[in-house]
Amino acid sequence: MTNTLNTGGSDAPVKKSHMNRFIQSTELDTRLLGMLGALALIWFGFHIYGAVVNGFGAFLTPRNLWNLSVQTSSIGIMACGMVLVIITRHIDLSVGSVLGFCAIVMGVTQVWILPELIGFEHWSIWIITVIVGLIAGTLIGGLHGYLIAYHSIPAFIVTLGGLLAWRGAAFLVARGETISPVDSTFRLLGGTADGAIGSTGSWVVGLVGVTTVIVSVSLDRRKRKTHGFALRPVWADWFIAVVGSAALIGAVILVNSYYWPRGIVRKFADENNIVIPDAGLFISYGFAIPVLILVTVGIIMSLVMSRTRFGRYVYAIGGNPEAAALAGINTKWMTVKIFGLMGLLTGLSAAVASARLGSATNALGTLDELYVIAAAVIGGTSLAGGVGTIYGAILGAVVMQSLQTGMVLIGFDAAIQQIVVGSVLVLAVYLDNLYRRTAK
Amino acid sequence: MNDKDKIDCAIKPLVDMRNICISFGGVHAVDHVSVDLYPGEVVGLLGHNGAGKSTLIKILSGAYAMDSGEIYVNGEKANINNPRDARSYNIETIYQTLALADNLDAASNLFLGRELVSPIGFVDDDAMEAETRKIMGRLNPNFHKFKDPVSALSGGQRQSVAIARAVYFNARILIMDEPTAALGPHETQMVSELIAQLKAEGIGIFLISHDIHDVMELCDRASVMKNGQLVGTVDIGDVTDDDLLGMIILGKHPDEQ
Ligand SMILES: Nc1ncnc2c1ncn2[C@@H]1O[C@H](COP(=O)(O)OP(=O)(O)O)[C@@H](O)[C@H]1O
Ligand SMILES: [Mg+2]
Repeated sequence: MTNTLNTGGSDAPVKKSHMNRFIQSTELDTRLLGMLGALALIWFGFHIYGAVVNGFGAFLTPRNLWNLSVQTSSIGIMACGMVLVIITRHIDLSVGSVLGFCAIVMGVTQVWILPELIGFEHWSIWIITVIVGLIAGTLIGGLHGYLIAYHSIPAFIVTLGGLLAWRGAAFLVARGETISPVDSTFRLLGGTADGAIGSTGSWVVGLVGVTTVIVSVSLDRRKRKTHGFALRPVWADWFIAVVGSAALIGAVILVNSYYWPRGIVRKFADENNIVIPDAGLFISYGFAIPVLILVTVGIIMSLVMSRTRFGRYVYAIGGNPEAAALAGINTKWMTVKIFGLMGLLTGLSAAVASARLGSATNALGTLDELYVIAAAVIGGTSLAGGVGTIYGAILGAVVMQSLQTGMVLIGFDAAIQQIVVGSVLVLAVYLDNLYRRTAK
Repeated sequence: MNDKDKIDCAIKPLVDMRNICISFGGVHAVDHVSVDLYPGEVVGLLGHNGAGKSTLIKILSGAYAMDSGEIYVNGEKANINNPRDARSYNIETIYQTLALADNLDAASNLFLGRELVSPIGFVDDDAMEAETRKIMGRLNPNFHKFKDPVSALSGGQRQSVAIARAVYFNARILIMDEPTAALGPHETQMVSELIAQLKAEGIGIFLISHDIHDVMELCDRASVMKNGQLVGTVDIGDVTDDDLLGMIILGKHPDEQ
C-alpha cells in the first residue's frame, strides 16, 4: 500500500540534515509531524494568551483538555467517513442535517415510542435506539450514494439538497419540539460524569494500548525480516515504541487528573453512604465514552482503509476512477457503500451528540458539515481525490475543535470565531498545496 | 476468406467477434466489424486515430457494452458485460491509457481488483509485492521503484507495470493497445521479444500499433479499420508495407486495386 503522503522514499537526494535522517529512519509522516506542531502551537498559544491577557491560562488544564476530547468526538467520528467521500472525489454537505434527523428519530424512538411498548428506562432502550439511528443514517447515506452513482447527479447537488431536506424532515418528525429526557443509559454515550470509565478503566485502556504499540512495532520488524525488506534502525523502532507508549500513558494521567466536581461527589457519597475524608474525595473522570467510541471508529476505519479490498478500492477510485472500473471494480456500488458508511457514522455521531445534550432537537448538528469537511481537509485529504488518511482527519478534527474551544476560553465572540475558523480552513489548504509541491 | 484454411484445420478461433456495432450519440464508433483471433496468433489492428480500434477492443475487454453483435470465445457464445466477465474468459488488456491508479504503487496496481488476501481477508501487501518483484524481474529487470506510487514512475516504467498486469494472470487472449507508445527503442525491443514468447506459448494477441514496421514483423494477420468500419483483414505474408498503408489511408482493400 502506498501512502502518498509519505515522502521519505529511498531515492531522495543525497544531502540530508539530521532532521531528514531522523524522519527517514523513523518513517514518520512529515505531514503528521507538521500537524502535531501546529496543534502544539495552538494549544500553547491559547494558554499563554490566557495567562498574559486574562491572568489565567485555562487551555492546558485537565478540565479543558478533557472537554476538548469529548467535543471532538462527534465531528471526529463523521470526519472518518468524510475522508472516504472526499478521497473518491465527492463531497457530503448533508452530514449536519442528517445528524439532526437521526437524532430526532432516535429521540422519538426512545422517548415517545419505546417507553410505551417496553416500559420507561427499560435496559434495551438505548440499544434499540442506537440501532435505529444507525439504520436511519445508513439508509439516508445509501440513498444519496444511489442518486449520485446510478443517476449521475453530482454529490454536491444531492447532498446540498439533503442539507435542506433532512433538516426540514427533522423538524416535521417532531413538529419542532425538543425531545427529552433521553434514556439514562443512552446518556452515557455523551460522556458526562458517568459517561467516562474512571481511573482504573483508563489505566486498563492505556496499558492495552501500550502493549499493542510494542507488539505491532516488533511484529512489523519481524515481518520485514522474513520478507527481506529494509529494516528501520533499532533505535528508530525504540523511539516509536517509547514515544507512542509515553503519549498513551500521558493521556491516561491527564484524564485521571480531572476530577468530578465537589457537588457531584457529595451526591455520589450520600447515595452510596461514603464518608468524605477531610482531605476531600477525588474521583477521576478517566476517558470519556464518546472518546473511546471515536478511537474505536478510528482504528477500525484505519484498518479498513489500509488492510481491506474495500479500502484499496476507495483509493483506486480516487486515483483514477476509469482505471478502477477497468480493473473490474464496481465503482457505482462502491459509491453507494461509501455514502452508506458516511451515513452510518453520522448516525453514530448523532447518538453521541444528542446523548451529550440530553435531548434531541431538530437544530442539532447545524454547520457540522463545514467542521467535518474542514477536519478532513486540514488532516490532509486531497480534494483532487486519491489521498487522505483517517488519523489525519481525526487530528484535523482536534485542530478545529481546539481553535473553537480556545477562542471561547479567551472570550472571542462568535463573529470573530467564524472569521478565524473560515480563514484557517483556507490557509490550511493553501499550506497543503505548498507542501505537496515541495514534497515532489 | 483467409479464415477458411484455418477452419479446415479444425482449430477453433480463440475469439470471434461478429458484426460488432457501437455508437456514441450518433457517431458510429464501430460499425459492423468482424475480427477473429487464433491461438498462438498475433493480429494487428490498424487505422488512423479515431478509426475505432480502441473502442472495438474495449468491447472485448468489457469496458463498453456493444449495441449489437456477437462474441464467441473458444467457439462458445460469450457474455461480456463488464471487465470482470472478460477476465473470467482469460482476456487481459493493456489499455492505451494504461489504466493505472496513479496514487497506488506497482503491486497495488498489478493486483487491482484481484488482490491477494490473507486467511482473515486482509490484503496481503507483502505477498503482492513479492510477486510483483518476481514478474518485474522477468519483464523489466531495471525496475526498482516498488514502494513509490506509479505517478512517480517514468512512462516506460508505467507501461511495464501495465504489461506485467496483463501477463501475470495467465492470459489466453491478450489485448495490447499501443503498448510501445511510451517506450524507447530498447524497451520496445523487449516488448517485441515478449510478444514472440507469449505467441510461442499459444496465447492469442490483438496488437494495436501505429508502427507498420512492427506490424509487419510481429503480426500474422492485420485488420484495418477506417471511420468505424472494417476495411479488410489480410495475411501479413501476402502484403507489403505499401498495401497496408493504402488500406489505412485510402480505405481500400489491396485486391480492389
Ligand atoms: N466514451 C466515448 N464517448 C464518446 N465517443 C467516443 C467514446 N469512445 C470513443 N469515442 C469515439 O469513437 C471514435 C473511435 O475512437 P477510438 O476507438 O478511440 O479510436 P482509435 O483507438 O482507433 O484511435 C472516435 O470518434 C471517438 O471520439
Ligand atoms: Mg486508440
